[in-house]
Amino acid sequence: MSLFDQKVSDLHEQLHKKEISVSDLVEESYKRIAEVDTQVAAFLTLDEERARSQAKKLDEKLGTDEAKGLLFGMPIGVKDNIVTKDLRTTAASQILHNFNPIYDATVVKKLQEAETITIGKLNMDEFAMGSSTENSSFKKTKNPWNIETVPGGSSGGSAAAVAAGEVPFSLGSDTGGSIRQPASFCGVVGLKPTYGRVSRFGLIAFASSLDQIGPITRTVEDNAYVLQAIAGVDPMDSTSADVEVPSYVNALTGDVKGLKIGVPKEYIGEGVNPEVRESVLKALATLEKLGATWEEVSLPHSKYALSTYYLLSSSEASANLARFDGVRYGYRSPNSNNLMDLYKNSRAEGFGDEVKRRIMLGTFALSSGYYDAYYKKAQKARTLIKKDFEDVFAKYDVIVGPTTPTPAFRIGEKTSDPLTMYANDILTIPVNLAGVPGISVPCGFDQGLPLGLQIIGKHFDEATVYRVAHAFEQATDFHKQKPGL
Amino acid sequence: MSRISIEEVKHVAHLARLAITEEEAVNFQKQLDAIITFSEQLNELDTENVEPTSHVLDIKNVLREDVSKEGLPQELVLKNAPDQQDGQIKVPPIIE
Repeated sequence: MSLFDQKVSDLHEQLHKKEISVSDLVEESYKRIAEVDTQVAAFLTLDEERARSQAKKLDEKLGTDEAKGLLFGMPIGVKDNIVTKDLRTTAASQILHNFNPIYDATVVKKLQEAETITIGKLNMDEFAMGSSTENSSFKKTKNPWNIETVPGGSSGGSAAAVAAGEVPFSLGSDTGGSIRQPASFCGVVGLKPTYGRVSRFGLIAFASSLDQIGPITRTVEDNAYVLQAIAGVDPMDSTSADVEVPSYVNALTGDVKGLKIGVPKEYIGEGVNPEVRESVLKALATLEKLGATWEEVSLPHSKYALSTYYLLSSSEASANLARFDGVRYGYRSPNSNNLMDLYKNSRAEGFGDEVKRRIMLGTFALSSGYYDAYYKKAQKARTLIKKDFEDVFAKYDVIVGPTTPTPAFRIGEKTSDPLTMYANDILTIPVNLAGVPGISVPCGFDQGLPLGLQIIGKHFDEATVYRVAHAFEQATDFHKQKPGL
Repeated sequence: MSRISIEEVKHVAHLARLAITEEEAVNFQKQLDAIITFSEQLNELDTENVEPTSHVLDIKNVLREDVSKEGLPQELVLKNAPDQQDGQIKVPPIIE
């Protein structure tokens, strides 16, 4: 039992009535971490001293107008690829093991303006490359529902910390499913916003045309509050979109009457575990009872998404990760007599296997003689995948399917073969390629492990995605179940 | 036939500025070959008249006013440098 079993608006209400203090919330967070994090291993770095002194300052504001913001005083966890000033930020890589950023990411700044308190930094796959958090070069995070299984990835620490009640919510990042897949595995709510909805300034880049930061929370309502705080155009990120941010909380009406849902046959067919398919069909029946209608549709190029994604994301990664060279910051190999060796040795010693593999693949796909055959071909395939979504959204309000083909797998089960691990993201990757928003909400259990329902919306229509997710959540009680830690 | 040879793996590693051992080269050759072979399924697609997508949103050149701003103080720039001397980042010899 954790204070954070309650939703953010209830915690806010108690703060408002002075039944609890901000210091109580911060202490609850560190107490819970002390109790369960030796098992869960979600956090890489804690910021206890600063968090406690900040809590004291905020407690003086309790009861005044300055404490009116809904997120005021909330303890948060931040994925370790989002830079935090003077708080070690590693992207779970040895190459940044000693890196202390000199500025805050825009999302961190915005959450500070909302007077949240950063509890610490959360574990992830190195540079967000992975689907199980097993690629962290520091520790393996465990799934709070069964510590022999993975929490998913790459935002495994962010999802596990929320599921384990260590923080009320956290930030993750999603390039091919890295928020939604761990949210699904850990039984929490995770949203990947529309590309450009949230500033990427201060997010350590993996694949710049796909990366988005988003919230991981206990409930859909909490998720809407956090997105509200971090969304919007940012002069520091020229790819952030100058599109009005509506009120997401106002969208939570519970009303889905007349809503048209498309269910891609590719998302409930071969390769999807029968229990997963069953839970999605039951969820659709629930939404039907609430007044929505659904029909089977097709995203015909789905099967090409995985190869398209690996070629494009690895190519972008090979360029983005060129900056880690042992010169200006991060790890420097002590064994180099000239500059070329310093680059090569620092990178060879500082990067883990999966990161090297993707840098190699990307460098190959971009190299002279192969560019047209691989990189450009993949960019064209991306156009076809994006068009699949446009065609369905011309007739339907949202697309619904499972988040992942299976529940959480066992630690070590998929580490030997990169392609098997990659296949786990087959239902989330197309969403990043099309740039549309997608959420995962709890929709059932298979042998005690949570399953997630994925709801995908039109560009910049997070409001409808939230409305559907919220209506479903209110009609079910999967989100009320907690892991027995 | 493999899509990538050991020699090509070593060349790509050099382009990527990664030191690799013989053993790693053999491993990468196998793994990259599998991934590249898998990705060749894209050849099934007719993309003759398809434009490439590099960015999902319709963003053209994003411009801002060209105003001068204070740069970062030297102390902050050097804060994370692995080696420094006289206010500059120090590296091993570039020219032998």
